[in-house]
Amino acid sequence: MRHRSLLILTTVLTTGALTLTACGSRDKGGDGGSDKKQTVVIGVDAPLTGDLSALGLGIKNSADLAAQTANKQNLVPGVEFKTQPLDDQAQPSVGQQNATKFIGDKTVVGVVGPLNSSVSQSMQKPLNDAGLTQISPANTGTELTQGDGWKTGNKVRPYKTFFRTATTDQVQGAFAAKYLFNNAKVDSVYLIDDQKTYGAGLAASFKDTFTKLGGKIVGSDHINPDDRDFNAIVAKVKNTGAKALYYGGEYPAAGPLSQQLKDSGTNIPLMGGDGIYSSDFIKLNKKAAGDLATSVGKPVEQLDSAKSFIANYKAAGYKDAYEAYGGGTYDATWAIIQAVKDVVTANSGKLPSGDLRAKVLDAVGKVKFDGVTGPVSFDQYGDTTNTMMTAYKVTDGAWKPELSEAYKP
Amino acid sequence: MHELPQQLANGLILGAMYGLIAIGYTMVYGIVQLINFAHGEIFMVGGFGALTVFLALPAGFSLLAAIPLMIIGGVIVSVLVATAAERFAYRPLRNAPRLAPLITAIGLSLALQQAVWKWYPDAKKDRSFPQFDGSPFHILGANIQRGDLFILIAAPVCMIALGFYVTKTRTGRGMQATAQDPDTAKLMGINTDRIIVMAFAIGAAFAAVAAVGYGLHNGQVGFRMGFIMGLKAFTAAVLGGIGNIYGAMLGGIVLGLAESLAVGYIGNIPSMELFGGGAWKDVWAFVLLIVVLLVRPQGLLGERVADRA
Repeated sequence: MRHRSLLILTTVLTTGALTLTACGSRDKGGDGGSDKKQTVVIGVDAPLTGDLSALGLGIKNSADLAAQTANKQNLVPGVEFKTQPLDDQAQPSVGQQNATKFIGDKTVVGVVGPLNSSVSQSMQKPLNDAGLTQISPANTGTELTQGDGWKTGNKVRPYKTFFRTATTDQVQGAFAAKYLFNNAKVDSVYLIDDQKTYGAGLAASFKDTFTKLGGKIVGSDHINPDDRDFNAIVAKVKNTGAKALYYGGEYPAAGPLSQQLKDSGTNIPLMGGDGIYSSDFIKLNKKAAGDLATSVGKPVEQLDSAKSFIANYKAAGYKDAYEAYGGGTYDATWAIIQAVKDVVTANSGKLPSGDLRAKVLDAVGKVKFDGVTGPVSFDQYGDTTNTMMTAYKVTDGAWKPELSEAYKP
Repeated sequence: MHELPQQLANGLILGAMYGLIAIGYTMVYGIVQLINFAHGEIFMVGGFGALTVFLALPAGFSLLAAIPLMIIGGVIVSVLVATAAERFAYRPLRNAPRLAPLITAIGLSLALQQAVWKWYPDAKKDRSFPQFDGSPFHILGANIQRGDLFILIAAPVCMIALGFYVTKTRTGRGMQATAQDPDTAKLMGINTDRIIVMAFAIGAAFAAVAAVGYGLHNGQVGFRMGFIMGLKAFTAAVLGGIGNIYGAMLGGIVLGLAESLAVGYIGNIPSMELFGGGAWKDVWAFVLLIVVLLVRPQGLLGERVADRA
């Protein structure tokens, strides 16, 4: 018993001491005024480990670069931007824990991420309840912004805190179907998805447009995204005589699927969405030549607005490439930074002491600037107003842009 | 073109891989009645061992000549990890309640995954594994990739060698004796500690061979590859009758064929369209396991005590 009371006493004392020091430092920060900057944290949630980490690390670095750039430019005087990356392992349950962590940290004004639509579904509600802005550079699940009724035209925005710089599956799948039918002249397709929110949504929207255009889906199947052996499915695809395979999913499974397809002697291209638009897809697939992918925005390398991003990214010396979502992440982070700037400007040059999150949320909905991927602003659902899409083809061991087009439904 | 020969070939290749891994489960279970759930990770580190050897070879080294070296590299790594696990994780718990080593095995499995993830260069995502170039062979209406010949040759060779070892050599007979009654075996002068280490080592070596086959087949190895493969191999071992080495291989092949055929044909049965395809193949594999165990609780070949080793 004596031990336990001692333990409680110690805990109370330590907590008290910590609280006091915290108060102390905050007071000091206030006194210092102009020379001591206030730190504003932007949370970043992405898969930093596991097989999607190539894309996730690109997101982490690009967000960091945006914060660094804002600090260097002294964009918001008196405010120092910092990112806090958390790993969601591409798992919804971990994403939700991360969301709770961000909510608990009062210095966090907004969250960038995640990569996976399925993870987003578990983060949206807690972030919305806390009024914390979330901007995903990669989520394409249409229902995330337009509600489950979007297919019947009954669009309702479920969470007012959720925004994205990526376009929806609806736009992406339709664009892929159009490209395959009109430009690549393919009229019969075998459809496979990985049963995740992203993959299934993409496949469904592809199927819709492709059949409307007059194309034929000669067969469809679902796979487990953790599998690496698809020979049994490949044998089926071969038998149907499909002229292309459309895959809704991500590169860790798409790589071996494409290779096994070609190994079997079926020389048809595999097409996918931005989930396979990664250099790792080519690294894991020795027969990637001719495969197709769509991605959001114009190729970053072709945009004037992106040149400084690419140069700065290189100069910062990050170990991993910015990958498919680097530009979108930079823009998402910048939207939060811009919103903080607008809030500070409206508050006569000072960070408001209360309800900062609510003010940032309000400001994010109104931001308008020229970002890496083009003009950035959000519509009434929180979707990006930029519907530029690009189709890529694997040529000489790299993704080469084939066609860029602003998509109109 | 007819699909059946191709599906049978796919199933056979997959099944041979399951079978080789299943040997490790079955041998260890036969001797110490421990389900070594870390065995999937022993398989995984074998793949990385082989990859390391390949990367260390000078560029332009022919893959065919590299294969024996890669096998040796993979086997060394797997055996070292497995024997270390036996010595430091399982042996201290040998007389503890049955659940203690089981939990240890699960913990060890997670630890090994994370260790590879953390320390193997660039292993945070799948790493590409060398593959043979050239067009596939056409055998009886099926396409067999060049790399898959490896597993199709290695599996029977390993099985024959193991059968010979267990029945004909002194250590092998010691294994059978230990499996039947460890205490009496000890009284007869058999060094049971050494026998147990041998069982772990042989299982690990077979897993490493399977890992090379896996790499050549799929063109990649990753730190998570042991989980699903280990689970399937364990299923194969139970299917064939755990403790029985021939049962392990038979169970593996039956399981591989069942998966392949489920993908290929279940969906063609009228009104079963929704239950076919790649996502359901694991469900059908386990349905098969349950049906077999209902009819033959001891597995296909049974836990024949005399052969248990």
